[in-house]
Amino acid sequence: MYLNKFLGLALVAGLTGAASVATAADITGAGATFPFPIYSKWADAYKKETGNGLNYQSIGSGAGIKQIQAKTVTFGATDAPLKKEDLDKSGLAQWPMVMGAIVPVVNIDGITPGELVLVGKTLAATYLGNVKKCDGDAVKRLNPKVTLPGTAITVVRRSDGSGTTFNFTDYLAKASSDWQSKIGSGQAVEWPVGVGARGNDGVAGNVAQTKNSIGYVEYAYAKQNKLTYTGMVNKAGKHVQPTIEAFQAAAANADWAHSPGYYQILTDQPGDKSWPITAATFILMYKEPADKAAATEALKFFGWSYDKGGKMAEELDYIPMPTSVVGLVKKTWADEIKSK
Amino acid sequence: MTDMALEPARAAAEPAFDRARALSAFKLGDRTFYWVTRVSALFVLIILGGIILSLIIGAWPAIRTYGFDFLFTQRWAPSLQPTPILGALGPIYGTIVPSLIAMAIAIPVGLGIAIFLTELCPMPLRQPIAVAIELLAGIPSIIYGMWGFFVLGPFLADHFEPAIVSAFENVPILNTIFQGPASNLSLFNASLVLSIMILPFITAISRDVFATVPPVLKEAAYGVGCTTWEVVRNVVLPYTRVGVIGGVMLALGRALGETMAVTFIIGNSFKISGSLFAPGTTISAAIASEFAESDGLHQSALILLGLLLFVLTFCVLTAARLMLRRLERKAGA
Repeated sequence: MYLNKFLGLALVAGLTGAASVATAADITGAGATFPFPIYSKWADAYKKETGNGLNYQSIGSGAGIKQIQAKTVTFGATDAPLKKEDLDKSGLAQWPMVMGAIVPVVNIDGITPGELVLVGKTLAATYLGNVKKCDGDAVKRLNPKVTLPGTAITVVRRSDGSGTTFNFTDYLAKASSDWQSKIGSGQAVEWPVGVGARGNDGVAGNVAQTKNSIGYVEYAYAKQNKLTYTGMVNKAGKHVQPTIEAFQAAAANADWAHSPGYYQILTDQPGDKSWPITAATFILMYKEPADKAAATEALKFFGWSYDKGGKMAEELDYIPMPTSVVGLVKKTWADEIKSK
Repeated sequence: MTDMALEPARAAAEPAFDRARALSAFKLGDRTFYWVTRVSALFVLIILGGIILSLIIGAWPAIRTYGFDFLFTQRWAPSLQPTPILGALGPIYGTIVPSLIAMAIAIPVGLGIAIFLTELCPMPLRQPIAVAIELLAGIPSIIYGMWGFFVLGPFLADHFEPAIVSAFENVPILNTIFQGPASNLSLFNASLVLSIMILPFITAISRDVFATVPPVLKEAAYGVGCTTWEVVRNVVLPYTRVGVIGGVMLALGRALGETMAVTFIIGNSFKISGSLFAPGTTISAAIASEFAESDGLHQSALILLGLLLFVLTFCVLTAARLMLRRLERKAGA
């Protein structure tokens, strides 16, 4: 009789022990592919420091939103933010985690990185199929000193739905009313021309392989693949090059404090130095999480990443969130997420 | 002598009991075997039915929204508000055209290889070539995709396509089929890679069925003075028709459903341009590219595409069966 009781107690103790180990070790998340490199770098360093790991499936923003709505993960990650009303409908909290930039890349003989300058309207016209040749009038007018070949241009874009495409098309829609009315913005749009390649690496590979082509990728991919990026003319009409300073300038101009649910799309920001196609990536979590312990662990990880992950982010060409925004986000956590 | 007398005596001691038990054990074993195999067979039907049912359920919102227009709409605008406009014409075109071109290339080449191997090839070469062909079938499709992307695509775009485009510039019709900027990723590239991928199916099956032709028939034909070509044309091919067509249909099924390699190299464009050097998309490539980031009607339309591919492949197989049956009947009569 006593023995039975004892065994039962031991069993219960063992089970709860195992359960608590499991929740402490596993922060589960799923979503956007764009921040995957930095999330995994943070996770490695975090695990070394605390012993807690992160299990992040980079399955795409759309799938990440679906996973968090199905409550199979503790947090979801998306490049395309949810609107305030959608957040409220499903009881989710949202905040920006890290930022990045998208750059146009070209492969034209004799053109060096940063030599060519594009303006949003021209970029949109190229993606609409209205600029058919490398030396199209619109391009020539912007670059009077650059010699361009008269060959047909191949437009490269994403074939999979993606947050990169969402931000890129959002910029094109802001820059060109023609694009806005004909195509619009979204994770997958009705491309009028071009070849589709899978993922940032697919677009990078394609542009590198195809002479006289143009594409758009996350800055890190352009840098790693040594692609010829272009300069851009920003909203203020100034010529900017894709540098960390230009990305930070765009980020600093965003008014996070007055955007409900941190719904901010960072494209086409004002400011003389702002890079026009900058993007933030977001985290989604339930305000009243079913597994409070797991949510606490996840928030600990995010807090740690904000505090100590900035340098790692810059090493991978991401832009850490400004300190003021981190303060706001931490206040949001305390106010909204009932993890205790 | 005593031994011989003992044997039947022992058997007679407990005959009825033993035999009944043995028989019923056999019966039970047989019945179990019957049911195990029957359940296995039913299991296939249940899975198939389950797949069809879940496809139909998943595709239902898209079927209700687009109906038959889905088949004839060329636009694919998943982020259009409030209702996306989605149509399967582009992917259907992109699935069928490269498959047909691939068949047009792979059937003559594949049959040629098989005939060479069975009729003409010197003995020491037979095994190496046959093994090489079978190895082609074992290469994962993503490898073909990478090869098409990194090797074949740039070659076509830099050398082959510009030459063809300028050669046919002033020829009507052909200047539509071969036009546009040279592109790494195109229907043509996909067709070539597909033709290499299905080659082993056609060759391996044809070789096996060619080997079943009775030597007597061939020797008789050679005896009356037939050339090798005449033997192949009048003896080997008619004798093995059914098997060869089976192999061809298997290859076509593979070509229609091939996903990974084609997604890599076809360019994923929903527009039908009429040019073989332009990018296109296939049903399976569209699903593979877009499914993860899709939701609502968009996802439902992708599932409907999957259902269409299912129906398409089913039609091909049915057509093959009917063709085979007619051929068999003709051969019988």
